[in-house]
Amino acid sequence: MSTATETPVTTTEPSTTSTAYGPFASPTRGARFTGAAANYIDERTSISGLVKEVGRKIFPDHWSFMLGEVALYSFVAILLSGTFLTFFFQPSMVPVHYEGSYVPLKGIEMSAAYASSLDISFDIRGGLLMRQVHHWAALLFVASIGLHMLRIYFTGAFRKPREINWIIGFVLFILAMAEGFTGYSLPDDLLSGNGLRIIDGMVKAIPIFGVWVSYLLFGGEFPGTDVVSRFYTLHILLLPAILVAALGVHLLLLVINKHTQFAGPGKTNGNVVGVPVMPVFAAKAGGFFFIVFGVIMLIAATFTINPIWNYGPYDPSPVSAGTQPDWYIGFADGALRLVPPHLEFLVFGDYTLSMNILLPLLVLPLFLGLVAFYPFIEAWITGDKREHHILDRPRNTPVRTAIGVAGVVFYAVLWASASSDLIATHFKLSIEGVIHGLQALFFLGPIIAYIVTKRICFGLQKKDREIALHGFESGRIVRLPGGEYIEVHQPLSDAERWRLTSYTDYEPLMIRPNSNGKITATQRLRAGFSRWFFEDRILPVSKGEIEASHHGDDH
Amino acid sequence: MAKKSSGTTTDKRKVGRRHPLAAVALIAIGLLSTGGVYALFTTSATAETSASQQELTDEGGKLFAANCATCHGMALQGTSEGPTLIGVGEAAVHFQVSTGRMPLAASGPQAEEKPVQFTDEQIEALYTYVGSKSPGPGLPDEETISGDGDAALGAELFRINCAMCHNVAGAGGALTQGKFAPSLAGVTSTHVYEAMVTGPQNMPVFNNNNLTLEDKANIITYLQFLDENPSPGGFDLGNLGPVSEGLFIWIFGLGAIVAITVWLTAKSN
Amino acid sequence: MADHNGGQSGSTDAGTAVEPSVPRTVSSGTAVVVQDGIPNPGHQPHRLRVTDLDPKKEKEASRRVSGLFFLSLIGSVAAVVFYFVFPIDPSNLASVRINTLSLGVAISLGLLGIGIGAVHWAKALMSDAEITEERHGTRGSDATRAKAVDVFTLGNKESGFGRRALIRNSLFAALAVTPIPAVVLFRDLAPAEEPGELLRHTMWDKGVRLTRDPSGTPIKASDVTYGSAFHVIPDGLNEEEDRLEQKAKASVLLMRLRPEDLIEPDEKKDWSYQGIVAYSKICTHVGCPVALYEQQTHNLLCPCHQSQFDVSDQAKVIFGPASRPLPQLPIAIDDEGYLVAQSDFHEPVGPSFWEREL
Repeated sequence: MSTATETPVTTTEPSTTSTAYGPFASPTRGARFTGAAANYIDERTSISGLVKEVGRKIFPDHWSFMLGEVALYSFVAILLSGTFLTFFFQPSMVPVHYEGSYVPLKGIEMSAAYASSLDISFDIRGGLLMRQVHHWAALLFVASIGLHMLRIYFTGAFRKPREINWIIGFVLFILAMAEGFTGYSLPDDLLSGNGLRIIDGMVKAIPIFGVWVSYLLFGGEFPGTDVVSRFYTLHILLLPAILVAALGVHLLLLVINKHTQFAGPGKTNGNVVGVPVMPVFAAKAGGFFFIVFGVIMLIAATFTINPIWNYGPYDPSPVSAGTQPDWYIGFADGALRLVPPHLEFLVFGDYTLSMNILLPLLVLPLFLGLVAFYPFIEAWITGDKREHHILDRPRNTPVRTAIGVAGVVFYAVLWASASSDLIATHFKLSIEGVIHGLQALFFLGPIIAYIVTKRICFGLQKKDREIALHGFESGRIVRLPGGEYIEVHQPLSDAERWRLTSYTDYEPLMIRPNSNGKITATQRLRAGFSRWFFEDRILPVSKGEIEASHHGDDH
Repeated sequence: MAKKSSGTTTDKRKVGRRHPLAAVALIAIGLLSTGGVYALFTTSATAETSASQQELTDEGGKLFAANCATCHGMALQGTSEGPTLIGVGEAAVHFQVSTGRMPLAASGPQAEEKPVQFTDEQIEALYTYVGSKSPGPGLPDEETISGDGDAALGAELFRINCAMCHNVAGAGGALTQGKFAPSLAGVTSTHVYEAMVTGPQNMPVFNNNNLTLEDKANIITYLQFLDENPSPGGFDLGNLGPVSEGLFIWIFGLGAIVAITVWLTAKSN
Repeated sequence: MADHNGGQSGSTDAGTAVEPSVPRTVSSGTAVVVQDGIPNPGHQPHRLRVTDLDPKKEKEASRRVSGLFFLSLIGSVAAVVFYFVFPIDPSNLASVRINTLSLGVAISLGLLGIGIGAVHWAKALMSDAEITEERHGTRGSDATRAKAVDVFTLGNKESGFGRRALIRNSLFAALAVTPIPAVVLFRDLAPAEEPGELLRHTMWDKGVRLTRDPSGTPIKASDVTYGSAFHVIPDGLNEEEDRLEQKAKASVLLMRLRPEDLIEPDEKKDWSYQGIVAYSKICTHVGCPVALYEQQTHNLLCPCHQSQFDVSDQAKVIFGPASRPLPQLPIAIDDEGYLVAQSDFHEPVGPSFWEREL
């Protein structure tokens, strides 16, 4: 059809003649097929544009950048194993009598949902494996999102232009928890059923319309016959749809904004240094997908999770010692446990206000709200409207890091409170002692964590300063002719020094009157926060100091 | 035929009235007889004769006086140190003593299982004695603890009556003020029956009108099933539920994966 | 690309005016911008790997990679084999374990083989030279922005959206109201009856016998000895169509204490029978069964959030997040000696709700 050199070029794909392959001697049959296939697709989809844009995109290489991928890949594992389960699970609360092979439940009346979950576990080959993959992957999914969020927070990757992506990520975090909660309630076993009972109790405590919401949720009185099928719709249709859409936007923004990177020689705020998608990043990321899936599969093959056969079908009368939700709901359950007794009041005459339930219901969204809106708070405090593509080392932002650690401790205290009875039995304490201790830690823990972390950051910054100016302690002691001993310091290369000194320093805000000559309350507030964040700080090493140190030291 | 007279001393040395091994034989006889008499008078294992019941009771009485009366009173009436044993019966004594809970070593939130201090015979003596003074529930019969009951009915009863303290899989659980309900893994069916029927310490009493003998047999069948059948899903992490699962995924799951990411992004040698 | 520093934040363009290409300056807020900073030392020389230098090592590495891929192949095939070789035998629970374990380990070998092989290939054999890609500002160029503004300006002009206030406002009103039927459609998620009333009544009534859970056999007062704890449901519960919903309100715990240990106010003195008391089992915190009875301390412990109630003193709260004591069921015996309720509970059972005291 087309000759070698004189082809009127309307396609951009190589033709099948040998000269179009350039330095290659002669095309193999495989290469010819690939060329033809690529041509076919491009002529119908313009895909070559996408390949050109994305194919050699650069991704920086650091282990902490892979945590988001762990979340993504465990989500894929969830989707695959979950699809398998949907072919066998029956989301119905119609009572049946169990006729499967697990002896201690034979003939027992239970919902079809529970019976089908037992069938999956005991009578379908690979069923129990898929159930365990699904549940272990779900635990890993939320855990890796949490760790990923912590990485983003502590390195300041949420700053402009990534604030929206932070919000989307936060939404993904909430959706993942909701997915987990609706998911583990589906088998209608005793453990998750008691969890639903707790949710019902909490919902009923909401003033004015709590009972109505409880009725809407359960289709009448608790437990009703509707909640499992409604949760099923949420779990396999609505929530995953929103999650996938949000995930798509999250990744799209990542590609548009390009990935951040740590400071290093040759890395600036205006470039990205790393490996291209094809072939290295694709191989590593693709390989990592198989590794994450393989690790989940190995854990699921060897460790039991959620043994529903032990719990039995949900019944409002029995309950198990050690009744806890999955770990990611633990902070909410723990908050309920920490509330002291008698916090219920009558208001407006005869209406019951259950502060023992409303306090957690108010405090937890407040905490989560602070997490969600932190980027905007920090941006308001610093006033810095530039784009930031170089990551902070946590030690160089002491107050942000200390606030973060205080937040983690706050969350951890609540999380630990959910297992208060297990802490008591395992460490031979009384449950009363454990709860009182955790109540104290609820207030003291974050404060102590803040103070300690801030001091540690300053210490590390001072150490960095020392090293930047005077080099590494080499351990070699030299005696000078005059008799004194000195430790020889190994000088830093420029590249090593760059990593230690290249961070942004902020000053506290100077209040200035506005055009009316007034200082507004907002200004004062902002200056107050700015002082809190930046008054105590270690200044980065300057060029002058380095030159001075070169003259002063003997190496 | 001439016989030497038995007069010469040298001859007498070689052939005396004592055999060279006589001393040994004498010592052996002495040991055997004293040992045998001792054994005869201290053993209480004989059950063939009705007279041995009395021996058991007597033996039990002595053991009781020596080991239990300080806290429980010589007439089982109880003291400020320990509750009365009136009405406890044989099962309670067998349970407490053969699990090592009694004699109590130190005061604490509850009496805990510890190494058993008495032999089986001594325990039998003790409970025979206490049972004779204070009738109450007795040891289970073979049918109840055989494990031939209905595991499904037993599991249902277990969940309603037992799981809230002992956990659905018998892993144990917390009670108030430092007390706890112990794990049931590996506990003998006899002890399970006895605990149910006597309600040791803060465990409620499940008399045979609350949980009938058949109910108890079913529960025991279920517990035997749990002991004989490890979890089909793999290692069960102590059957403690989502807490251990969450800890596991953070420490070992994420831990392994983060270690892998460090390897993955490290520059190759 | 130049770092933006100092100055005012830019304002958006108005109208269709195209701004001249003056470099934009973005506020750096309170950041300390150093003019004469330490210079970036630039890219460091590339270090070669052993597989780059030594062809033998390269061959070894490539053999390891393909070996891992082959291992994966074996794993996946083994998984298929195990699926058939280790089936589930309904009479043997251990067969489930073996099936799960063998399938899972084989599949994970199949996955890990590919994963580790691919990563090893990338690390040891693929080009590891770091490449630099320049960023462009996220913000669109002034020309692009101007064109974008043009789109909307023209759209506004051609439709009259800004000008035609009545059209615009009536459109907003219509759009705002359209979703409301969708919201209302979900009303029938709940049944038609008033929810509050249902919470005030349980199956218990005068003369209803206390029966064992789950068998439903009636309980004689003489069955309940000191230290006993019976789990109780009302007579006839097991035949109810909404069995679980009724059980979620009517579950009761029956215990016997010594009468001298019971603290009872005058109006409740006849609610117990010879030291036998019956309390609702539904926790007044958020509704879990308060089932842990400690016979010597007379404590009732709820396993969910560790609320504690003192059975000897009207089940009042002595620890934990619960607020109200457990409702007491007044009991008596009938002429055959079986325990019966005297009436329903005198207050709604279970967790509190807004209209509870009305």
